[in-house]
Amino acid sequence: MYKMHLLVCGGTGCRATQSKQIEENLRAELKAKGLENDAQVIITGCFGFCEKGPIVKILPDNTFYVGVESEDAAEIVEEHVLKGRRVERLLYTDPENKEHISDSKHMGFYQKQIRIALRNCGFIDPENIDEYIARDGYFALGKVLEMSQTEAIEIMKKSGLRGRGGGGFPTGLKWEIAYNNKADQKYVVCNADEGDPGAFMDRSILEGDPHSIIEAMTICGYCIGASKGLVYIRAEYPLAITRLQIALKQAREYGLIGKNILGRNFDFDIELRYGAGAFVCGEETALIHSMEGLRGEPTVKPPYPAESGYLGKPTNVNNVETFANVPVIFLKGHEWFSSIGTAKSKGTKVFAITGKINNVGLIEVPMGITLREVIYEVGGGIKDGKMFKAVQTGGPSGGCLTEKHLDTPIDYDSLLAVGSMMGSGGMIVMDEDDCMVSIARFYLEFILEESCGKCTPCRIGNKRLHEILKKITEGKGEPADIERLKALGNVIKDTSLCGLGQTAPNPVLSTISNFEDEYLAHVNEKRCPAGQCKALLKYEVDENLCTGCTLCFRNCPVGAITGERRQPHHVNQSLCIKCGVCLEKCKFNAILLT
Amino acid sequence: MDKIKSLDDLRKMKQAVQSQLNLRERGENSENYVQIKVAMATCGIAAGAREVMNAFLRKIEDDKILAIVTQTGCMGYCHSEPTVEVKKPGEEPIIFGHVDAKKADSIVDKYIKNGELLEGIIPVNYQTIV
Ligand SMILES: Cc1cc2nc3c(=O)[nH]c(=O)nc-3n(C[C@H](O)[C@H](O)[C@H](O)COP(=O)(O)O)c2cc1C
Repeated sequence: MYKMHLLVCGGTGCRATQSKQIEENLRAELKAKGLENDAQVIITGCFGFCEKGPIVKILPDNTFYVGVESEDAAEIVEEHVLKGRRVERLLYTDPENKEHISDSKHMGFYQKQIRIALRNCGFIDPENIDEYIARDGYFALGKVLEMSQTEAIEIMKKSGLRGRGGGGFPTGLKWEIAYNNKADQKYVVCNADEGDPGAFMDRSILEGDPHSIIEAMTICGYCIGASKGLVYIRAEYPLAITRLQIALKQAREYGLIGKNILGRNFDFDIELRYGAGAFVCGEETALIHSMEGLRGEPTVKPPYPAESGYLGKPTNVNNVETFANVPVIFLKGHEWFSSIGTAKSKGTKVFAITGKINNVGLIEVPMGITLREVIYEVGGGIKDGKMFKAVQTGGPSGGCLTEKHLDTPIDYDSLLAVGSMMGSGGMIVMDEDDCMVSIARFYLEFILEESCGKCTPCRIGNKRLHEILKKITEGKGEPADIERLKALGNVIKDTSLCGLGQTAPNPVLSTISNFEDEYLAHVNEKRCPAGQCKALLKYEVDENLCTGCTLCFRNCPVGAITGERRQPHHVNQSLCIKCGVCLEKCKFNAILLT
Repeated sequence: MDKIKSLDDLRKMKQAVQSQLNLRERGENSENYVQIKVAMATCGIAAGAREVMNAFLRKIEDDKILAIVTQTGCMGYCHSEPTVEVKKPGEEPIIFGHVDAKKADSIVDKYIKNGELLEGIIPVNYQTIV
């Protein structure tokens, strides 16, 4: 029997930083010391604390090692496994009091988190169905199969769970509509397209706990009367796909999906459908068309998928994270679930926090927590002691919020009220060095690439918005441009066919409303306050400091610098390409950037 | 593998695989469980700490004791090895010296189950390393 478990993070992030090698080295070291029957190495899903990865957690000693490298395997085995001594240098250091913390529960990053959707990520081996079952896996399904369909739907409605894919539609109600639409065949679809830039919530759930999705889809199938499930997943998620395939095979072998599930008169099976990674294919009607082999373009709703979806049959589409919550609602009860969160937003939300923040990673927090708590407590504050400037939620459909919004509770309605949205869980933090006009331009560039082109406002309108923004960041903007952006943005919102176009101008409109000063500086003063817009930067020589050493002159790639030896030099602005080489090379701090 | 054909089968299946995860679930919430720490430095291992640890593991599994067994470094009582620290939830830890497999059983039967103290307790004047 094993005395110790060594959990090694096998999420995509830690994999990228050699966790596979760590795993192999740990196994080899254990073998070399004859400990392979004492300590077991287990590959888990993401622990969330990606900033500090790769992570190795040892239980029952409850020791959380961070930033582990493959060479550390020998020391972990020799010291911790063999001699029972913690490897201090691999422990997390509290940024405030500089003390080592070995139990992750005591780290700021984890203290405010509640893990429902991520309950098994970083705890079980996602490739072993037995571990899922040991955590009460498939018991929710067992319970539901003893209820009537309407009883189970009622529990879903009472739980208050709302869709985590962005729209926030009440899940129980959606199931009820699909249940009420009678048909010979219905479908359950799991939306695993996850197209928001920087988001990896759904991916991590599928990589870390695929059975929870299979169980939830099966529950949904029973409730609405569907015998077939489809997971629409982007092909760029190979690890998630592999783990889902393994999980499906195991569930089928155990008879937990297939015919007569748990001895009941209910059949359900699941297939995978691969997407090519287009953002618009996350929109449910486009997704369905893509699964049907048609072009991934949206169509007007109604009819909603619950009425006429895949192959024209009633189809219930839910997001991965939405599904991940379902088994817990049946295991712990709708009262328990709805006791977490706010009046209208129940439970938790998973966010992928990135950007200029100390603790980049995957977090799950109760609804109603404030942005400030997430950024400063869970996220550990802004990197390098810089000033907070903005936080972007909702991805390309959302908005940028500022200092004055930091005490906004995170829930569907509060975020909408301040001009952003919950979205699917991307959260990007920006600091004083980020230019908000450029950020808006970045999101629009994404939209230009991802718009399917079917409707004119989105295809052409967003292109025009982008042109204006480009003009502004290049120092050619005029005051009327800001009004043009607003007017055009609102037209696009009102007239686009699908959610992509209807929300695409949000990053522009929200940055105008929250950072108007910055737009005005670009337009009126031809100045970029954050110093990001190249065209608005000016490199000049401080004549008092310049010694005439000619270093800048010799390094300038375009010959924009002139001057005699030992005489102050000069930058010819019409030739300068603002590459910054002169600033980098000057030994006398004589190059000024304004 | 046989198919799971009923909720009852699923329950049986869970029972069969549960022990795999007990170690992890208890470890995450160690403060709620009896913690048994066996000193495993060179002196302890030489004196038979490994067998003692195995004896505890067997005993808590057989008697279904809600406990976790871990190892620590040298506690500084080399003369009394193998030494074992036992901490019940909410109580001060107690250290036993010269523990062998037999004594391990009686520590579980007497102290952990019934709160009776045994011979061989070492007065506590140290800090555990782990
Ligand atoms: C442009 C666009 C992209 C979307 N991308 C996703 C996505 O990647 N994942 C997702 O679950 N929902 C996405 N949605 C929302 C889906 O249309 C749909 O509302 C959702 O899958 C429903 O599931 P839920 O109720 O569980 O949230 C997107 C919507 C739009 C308009």
